Amino acid sequence: MEILIASAIGVLTAGGVYLLLRLRTFPVILGLALLSYAVNVFLFASGRLAIDQSPILARYGEGSYTDPLPQALVLTAIVISFGMTAVLVMIGLAAYLEADSDRIDIDPVESRDDDQRGGAA
Amino acid sequence: MNDQGFFLFLISALPFLGALLPGIMIRAGRNACASFTAVPTALALVLLMILAPAVLRGEVIEAEIAWLPQLGLSVSFFLDGLGLLFAAMILGVGLLITLYARFYLSGEDPMGQFYTYLLLFQGAMLGIVISDNILLMLIFWELTSLSSFLLIGFWKHLPEGRQGARMALAVTGSGGLALIGGMLILGQIAGSYQLTEILQQGDAIRASEWYLPALILILIGAFTKSAQFPFHFWLPHAMAAPTPVSAYLHSATMVKAGVFLLARLWPVLAGTEAWFYIVTTTGLITMVLGALIALFKDDLKALLAFSTVSHLGLLTMLLGFGTTAAAVAAVFHILNHLTFKAALFMTAGIVDHETHTRDIKRLGGLRHLMPITFAIGTIAALSMAGIPLLNGFLSKEMMLEEASHTVWAGSALAVPVLATLGALLSVAYSLRFIVHVFFGPKRDDYPHKPHDPPFGLWASPALLTVLVVLIGVMPWLAEGIVTAAASAVTGADLHPHLKIWHGVTPALWMSVIAVLGGAVLLALHRPLDRAWTLAPRPEAKAIFDRLVAAVVALSCTITEATHNGAISRYLAIFVVAAVALGAAAFAGSGLSATTRGLLPVPPVIAIGWLMLVVACASVVILHRERFTALVLIGIIGLTISAGFAYLSAPDLALTQISVETVTIMLLLLALHFLPKTTPAESTLARKARDGVIAVAAGGGVGALAYAFLLRDISTISQFHLDNSYEGGGGTNVVNVILVDFRGYDTYGEIIVLGIAGMVIYALVHALVGGPAGRRLRERDYSQDLSRDRHPLMMVVVTRVLMPIAIVVGAYIFLRGHNQPGGGFVAGLVIAIALLMQYMASGFAWTQARKRIEYHTMIGFGIIIAGLTGAGAWLSGTPFLTSAYTYVHLPPIEEFELATAMFFDLGVFLTVLGAVMLMLYSLSRIARLAGETVNAEAMDFDPADRVIDQRPGA
Repeated sequence: MEILIASAIGVLTAGGVYLLLRLRTFPVILGLALLSYAVNVFLFASGRLAIDQSPILARYGEGSYTDPLPQALVLTAIVISFGMTAVLVMIGLAAYLEADSDRIDIDPVESRDDDQRGGAA
Repeated sequence: MNDQGFFLFLISALPFLGALLPGIMIRAGRNACASFTAVPTALALVLLMILAPAVLRGEVIEAEIAWLPQLGLSVSFFLDGLGLLFAAMILGVGLLITLYARFYLSGEDPMGQFYTYLLLFQGAMLGIVISDNILLMLIFWELTSLSSFLLIGFWKHLPEGRQGARMALAVTGSGGLALIGGMLILGQIAGSYQLTEILQQGDAIRASEWYLPALILILIGAFTKSAQFPFHFWLPHAMAAPTPVSAYLHSATMVKAGVFLLARLWPVLAGTEAWFYIVTTTGLITMVLGALIALFKDDLKALLAFSTVSHLGLLTMLLGFGTTAAAVAAVFHILNHLTFKAALFMTAGIVDHETHTRDIKRLGGLRHLMPITFAIGTIAALSMAGIPLLNGFLSKEMMLEEASHTVWAGSALAVPVLATLGALLSVAYSLRFIVHVFFGPKRDDYPHKPHDPPFGLWASPALLTVLVVLIGVMPWLAEGIVTAAASAVTGADLHPHLKIWHGVTPALWMSVIAVLGGAVLLALHRPLDRAWTLAPRPEAKAIFDRLVAAVVALSCTITEATHNGAISRYLAIFVVAAVALGAAAFAGSGLSATTRGLLPVPPVIAIGWLMLVVACASVVILHRERFTALVLIGIIGLTISAGFAYLSAPDLALTQISVETVTIMLLLLALHFLPKTTPAESTLARKARDGVIAVAAGGGVGALAYAFLLRDISTISQFHLDNSYEGGGGTNVVNVILVDFRGYDTYGEIIVLGIAGMVIYALVHALVGGPAGRRLRERDYSQDLSRDRHPLMMVVVTRVLMPIAIVVGAYIFLRGHNQPGGGFVAGLVIAIALLMQYMASGFAWTQARKRIEYHTMIGFGIIIAGLTGAGAWLSGTPFLTSAYTYVHLPPIEEFELATAMFFDLGVFLTVLGAVMLMLYSLSRIARLAGETVNAEAMDFDPADRVIDQRPGA
């Protein structure tokens, strides 16, 4: 089990990093989404793996429970990473609509031209 | 703290508090504005006068509040003789300048702004002279640089004003940096940042090996501020400021800050060879050079500026001598220079104001047209020349006396001769100020017909001129303050006697030579001026500009090399660096033995893993087909949520599955406006490079995860398990952690989520108004659209689902404290139900039925959560401590009511509001892009017979 989880984290990270290094906004956003999955699972796994030991206290008697703290932290992390993805998507969309290009790199020569045009205007 | 200490605090705070007034009072008119500027200044001056008798008796008034004691930083002030002298000068002249500026500034100048800047500057300057803590003093020091920048550049429309302000800021600001270094070293040597303690340790500081670096750094700070050679060039360029600013900053206050610092640290720094040679020589050169340039300046204010440079050099030289008598002379001259130089600046301002020119070559003969100005200017200028019975004479005699027996590098003549030369040049330019402006024939080609200004404009310089004469005739008047200040500077108990007649001394002869020589020079001015114009000399401004250009070019080169706009390159560097750091850390320390065994793998889980890996690989391979990639991302997310469910994390599974749904919806909507495919533009080499980086990163993270999964660590989690039910009243430990143990984190996180929603809303708002909005309106989407955009089946199903979803949401919310669920999940579930309505029937139709704004929902969510947390204060417990009780209502089972539930309600509302606001914002783009707005719930409504009966339908 541990091997599967660790390798899944590794695969998600590798895929995320590869997409992160692409040149257009959409793959980069997908890459970030993959990376957030990897990070969330990684944080969750820091509580070590357990089966059938949900951190829901039994009403009667003693039970054994998995570590609840990473779960609580990851829960908010999932929601926050949604917020982050949403903001990124909007920025990417806005950049595309403004510039009519979804490239993430700025061509140095192009940017200098822009500066000059801005200065002359 | 006693009353006196409290007064001292008030004095330091009044200018800053008062700075708020002018900006408001300008609405009530210019007189009201000026009066309200005068009030805090006058009040501070009155308080200072109340404290003055005690200080003159030799007491030191102290006041202290700890600020950051860990850093040795405290808000502590002390007032001794030197501080009193400077504070009185700052406040007294401040009051006069306030009056003068009221009449000097024209109707078009924003007077409220001016007075606000003036008071800010005044407060900063006052802070320097009464600070006890040197860190605090540094803060005020920088504040004077900043506020003087605003004042010098007050006339923003003048390029000279802007350039002068920038130059002053650059020079004094970089000097300030050096000063910070010097002061920190000084504090380290002395073991304290309290000035009063540092001043006790002169011997230890002078003996330290760090003495020389500290001295040089502090001197750079002082010399840049006080415009000493070779940093003198900024002061004349700062003359582009309005004249009240020049009169205030450049005669009385800011430029004296450097001299003040030299005087303040005199007991610990002075008396060594290094001090003597650096300070005396710099002062001497500055004095002679400044006076020489002043003689050939045609701009009245430039002449005065260089004369100020020269007099500051004189003061620096006196402090450099390191004798107590020289220190007395310096203190006395500080006072005298203030009186005549401020009066002269204001006179120059009046001449400029009345004739509309400051060019000496275009002036002359003004004594008949402006008799009052003539009288004021002449008396003040004669004092500057050092003519007997005026105060300038007294301190200049003392300076010459000290210079006459100073030996410089074995030469007994160097200092006396150069000092006499400086005095001679000083006489020459002072006389030139009088003769070339006021004497000579009356002209008829002034740019504006001059006459004496109104009383308000000449009152301030006149008052200063009265002081010039009074001190000049009755020097014992100033004895009290000079004694107190000089004693504070030297740390010795001094009793100087200020006299007009010292007998026939060498100084008297030097004075006579200076006056006669100065008169001769003035007579020869015309030929000398021609020679000066022809002589080559370095232009400081050009050198400075070239230096700035070189620095800018250098930083451009560095920036363009490292920050070239290619984000993918930065990201690659970042990932590689992170992997390298991780590898380095790992290589440094081996692994401990494993403590955990492996869990078994059931077949279903193995299939799930395979799905995830295949989906992930497919995303990487197929990512250019964006829609396919999105579907695959959805598969990955769902697999992960199934994994959470299997690995004892039901809350995470619920959250992941609902977040996944919302994320995919969001990306789908965004993809609607983006290109549907990614062009192939990476070379094979680049793909290989990225692949290597990706595999290295993935391998590293995977190995790390595997390593810690097999080892146990000690955690604090048992505490949460033990106290969840007893303390938090819930059995779902994850939820109790979220709303109780770590409620403050959650509170922060919902605020972040709310902000993210607002950011997106604002972004879209800005977007639709800009060029992108125009582009959207012109865009043609007709081919993208399905003909049946709002299908009947979907509309009906989502309508039926809506109440069910709400019930489910409420159920998940209510049980959250004890069973998997809670505010986060409930918010997402309801958001999805609402989104389904939007998708089924269109945004316009749904929007028209919406009752509550999403912004309001976010706001209420945060307020409710915050109020719940604050409610804990009522019972005297810390923020967000929850309380709970059990309630029994007959038809329902006994249930629990915890305050944490209200907090969770806040979470619920914020999450719902934020998610909806984000997607709603996207829909605004869609509507702008010319999509048809639907008024009906579905496109083809079978209940609507009219469509059916239409012929041909």
